Amino acid sequence: MLTSGVILLAGSLLSPEPGLIFWTAITFVLVLLILKKIAWGPILTALQDREKGIQSSIDRAHQAKDESEAILRKNRELLSKADADADRIIREGKDYADKLRADITEKAQSEAKKMIAMAKDEIEQEKRRALDVLRNEVADLAVKGAEKIIKTALDADMQKQIVNSMIQDLSTKRN
Amino acid sequence: MKRINVLQPKALLKVFAVLVPLLLNGYGIAAASTEQLPSVSRNDVAAVPAVEAAHGAQAAPEEEKAGDVIMHHILNNREFAFPPFGRVELPEIKVGGFDISITKHVVMLWVVSAILLVIFSIVGGKYKKMTPSQAPRGLVNAMEALVEFIRTDVAKANIGKGYEKYLTYLLTVFFFILLCNLMGLVPYGATATGNINVTLTLATFTFFLTQMAALKAHGIKGYLAHLTGGTHPALWIIMIPIEFIGLFTKPVALTIRLFANMTAGHIVILSLIFISFILKSYIVAVVMSVPFSIFIYLLELFVAFLQAFIFTMLSALFIGLASAHEGHDEHEAGVASH
Repeated sequence: MLTSGVILLAGSLLSPEPGLIFWTAITFVLVLLILKKIAWGPILTALQDREKGIQSSIDRAHQAKDESEAILRKNRELLSKADADADRIIREGKDYADKLRADITEKAQSEAKKMIAMAKDEIEQEKRRALDVLRNEVADLAVKGAEKIIKTALDADMQKQIVNSMIQDLSTKRN
Repeated sequence: MKRINVLQPKALLKVFAVLVPLLLNGYGIAAASTEQLPSVSRNDVAAVPAVEAAHGAQAAPEEEKAGDVIMHHILNNREFAFPPFGRVELPEIKVGGFDISITKHVVMLWVVSAILLVIFSIVGGKYKKMTPSQAPRGLVNAMEALVEFIRTDVAKANIGKGYEKYLTYLLTVFFFILLCNLMGLVPYGATATGNINVTLTLATFTFFLTQMAALKAHGIKGYLAHLTGGTHPALWIIMIPIEFIGLFTKPVALTIRLFANMTAGHIVILSLIFISFILKSYIVAVVMSVPFSIFIYLLELFVAFLQAFIFTMLSALFIGLASAHEGHDEHEAGVASH
């Protein structure tokens, strides 16, 4: 009752105003052109640049992550390989050392045996030589004794033969 | 004047009991009341309309009504009133029989343009100096939020591929309408977008852009085929007029939506204020007019943003629908849903 009827009936709300349409069009187009030049261009370019920058940063970060992961994987592989290598080398070294020790022990043992055998031989030889010398010595002594006896009583050659046969008997008996 | 102290609940109830019948048949009282308006103009909130009314009352003391004052506020005219300091008469220009006078709404359009140019020359200047790695601050950041919103959520979402070409128009129309709407809420301001001629002009731009987008996307042949609605040639005699009218409903809807929204809010605010003058009551002013008009004012602030957004959004949507391939069914659905 108050105003609505008046406003609706007035009709001036919908009245055309060519002047206003003209000015609106002119103003709007001018504002649009000026703003395009001074504002939208720089702003939209900056926004796009920033978007690209952010995107490239994200891409780079992803790339770096992938790379670092690859490097980590490679490092792990290398590490496990190095571990295996070290194990192998240690095992080989141990084996070699074992073998070497065994060899050396064996060699030393055989050497010792050989030396013992040689020593025994030498001892035997020396003994034999000593026996020979002793035998000659004893024979000489006996001969000298017998000579003295025979010179006094008997034929020397006869006596010598008897003594020799006696010594022979002795040595055979001893051996 | 003595009634200002009578704020007891019982008295309030009595006031409302008197108020309801007055609202229903108080026309005669309203007419009588306006002549005495200067005497109640001590109420600060209502001072502006009161002086306005006083001017009107001096010009035509017998026929002045609240409705006339409100219409005077909303309609276009060739004067700028700055009550209580006086008013400025705007020049009348006629070129070749056409009246292209500088009216109140033309001045508001220019004020809006000037503000827009100042704001965006500052913002644009900052952007020219800025490197992509720098973050925007302050005003630049605030504007960037709006620009980015229009760019991604309005243009990109509704137009899709090739939206960059229409960004200039969409951004300009958004900020232009937004500022026009807001200027109507400033004291001494007027709402240029509350004038159907302004909204019609803006909607016409959208209309031309839409048709250009459709022509570019489908070619002349596809554009004409679109007018037949893809039906059998026997139905063309019905379909072509319907589709042809359909082309114009969209801009008309844009025009009326913006104009009606902006006008209605102002009429509501002014009507609420005028109730206290019509009833010549401080109680009505304190209890009803001031709180309710503040509420509607806040609502209007929201509507200012909302309508600017909707105009831009629908423009983008129409352009997107026009340039979309296989667009006929979506186009019908899009229009129906709005």
